[in-house]
Amino acid sequence: MNAIEAEGLTKRYPPDVQALDGVSFSVPEGTVFGLLGPNGAGKSTTVKILTTLSTPDSGTARVAGFDVNREAAKVRRAIGVVAQNPGVDGELTGRENLILQGRIHGIPSAELRRRADQLLEQFGLAEAADRVARGYSGGMKRRLDIAVALVHRPKVLFLDEPTTGLDPEVRAAMWEEIERLASEEGLTILLTTHYLEEADELASQLAIVDRGRIVVQGSPEALKGELQGDAVHVELAEPAQNGAATGLLDGVADVRDVVVEGTVLRARVANGATALPSVMAALEAASVSVASVRVSRPSLDDVYLRYTGRAFAEAEAEASRDSSDEEDR
Amino acid sequence: MALALRHGTYMMWRELLALWRQPWWIAVTLMQPIIWLLLFGELFRSVVEIPGFETSSYVDFLVPGVIIMTAFFGASWGGMGMIEDLDRGVTDRLLVSPLARAALVAGKVMQSAVVIVVQSLIMIGLALIIGASFPGGIDGVLVMLAMAVLLGCSVGALSNGLALYIRKEESLIALLSAVQLPLTFISTAFMQKDLIPGWMQTAADFNPLNWAIEASRTAVLEGGDWGFIAARAGLLVVVLLLSGWFALRAVAAYQRSV
Repeated sequence: MNAIEAEGLTKRYPPDVQALDGVSFSVPEGTVFGLLGPNGAGKSTTVKILTTLSTPDSGTARVAGFDVNREAAKVRRAIGVVAQNPGVDGELTGRENLILQGRIHGIPSAELRRRADQLLEQFGLAEAADRVARGYSGGMKRRLDIAVALVHRPKVLFLDEPTTGLDPEVRAAMWEEIERLASEEGLTILLTTHYLEEADELASQLAIVDRGRIVVQGSPEALKGELQGDAVHVELAEPAQNGAATGLLDGVADVRDVVVEGTVLRARVANGATALPSVMAALEAASVSVASVRVSRPSLDDVYLRYTGRAFAEAEAEASRDSSDEEDR
Repeated sequence: MALALRHGTYMMWRELLALWRQPWWIAVTLMQPIIWLLLFGELFRSVVEIPGFETSSYVDFLVPGVIIMTAFFGASWGGMGMIEDLDRGVTDRLLVSPLARAALVAGKVMQSAVVIVVQSLIMIGLALIIGASFPGGIDGVLVMLAMAVLLGCSVGALSNGLALYIRKEESLIALLSAVQLPLTFISTAFMQKDLIPGWMQTAADFNPLNWAIEASRTAVLEGGDWGFIAARAGLLVVVLLLSGWFALRAVAAYQRSV
């Protein structure tokens, strides 16, 4: 059975932001599903609709077997939500945050006290339990946020950018925690992220979102398989005549997906170390002067480039130009 | 409805805990009404000498005015907390929980009602110390408390509703500041009605703040005129229902815009 089914979701924010343009996907029960994309791609809007915060202009969605439009109250009992900005109440202690959420969910007080203790222990907040959350570190706030979302033992957990803004060590700890939740507690988890490695690490299936659409869907292995090899990133000394640079590299063995944007040339090669000399030679032969060269393993940038034809940074910049305010869509 | 009330008390608990942890806030909240009472009491002391002024002690006259004014000011800032919740993502988290929508506003309004009662009791105590009398007795004082709470809840709901529409602290502050003092002065808070200009008397007849003041003052100073008190209370109940309806609409409008 599917814990989440989205079918043709569209959402438009007046005057002219088409946040979602027909998003469909399904998430089998007990799995971790990743929505991957830059800011403004429509990840947060999708989460808002699936969690009943927002309603779609058209399309339908079922979460935990309930329709998000017609059975919103039932959906709300079945889900836990960790939004992008931590929704913990800074003036309350960690424990009080948990108690408040539990009361809203109608958990009897004796049981709720036990549940709060257990979650505080589980998320390493036992010592800080009776301090106000305002003084917590970023990682602690995020852990409390997740604990609050789990207080009523939801079936489906939504994590919107769970590790954005966290230190690398804290991020690694958060990954472990998410993996544990998925494997031991049998939760269905939908997470959004703009880190490829995060989706790679955690998700069994992922969908890449761009401009309100899902451009490709599959397991991280499958997506990476299509991206075998290394990315070559060449910084040109001066803007190239696009056609010229692209054409030149066409002749070099093993070079694919050449894209030139301004002074940046990107390409994919089977093996960076062996291909680089011939790439440089070809550019030199065409008297294109090179400022720097970098070879890297596939990143979200590359997945993005491959499926959307534009660079991730470009997409983010465009998103921030498009949205009239700073809100995430 | 029962669910909204139960959830409202949970949210009120949250709001009161948050206030309890702000010593400065508590200090100011307790000091302010004392300052109002002493300051205005002194400033307008000679008002009783104006021919036609009927109450012999200005403090007796002033207490209901200052209590209602304090309730009005305090409650009208209620929307600021809502904007803070919106900015911090607390509102969104609550909206995806099974919380009754009405409790989002009800919790804040109920908190403000508790604060109003505490502040009013402090002012009544202080008034007794500085020699005020309450000829209307305990019934009169209870009516005054009820009026303060009734007006406070209406204004609080209105302020929270506006906050959900406006969503910017600066704009809400500007709007509230623009109406607070005019509404206070177009009333009988400090001056007997027939001693203020005619057009202001007319305007005051349409000012809910003044309805609460007149009902309170009648109850506290004279007791008795229950018909008049009930009529004013009835008007205030209508205002409360309208404000509540507006606040619920504002919650729905906010959610549509997310």
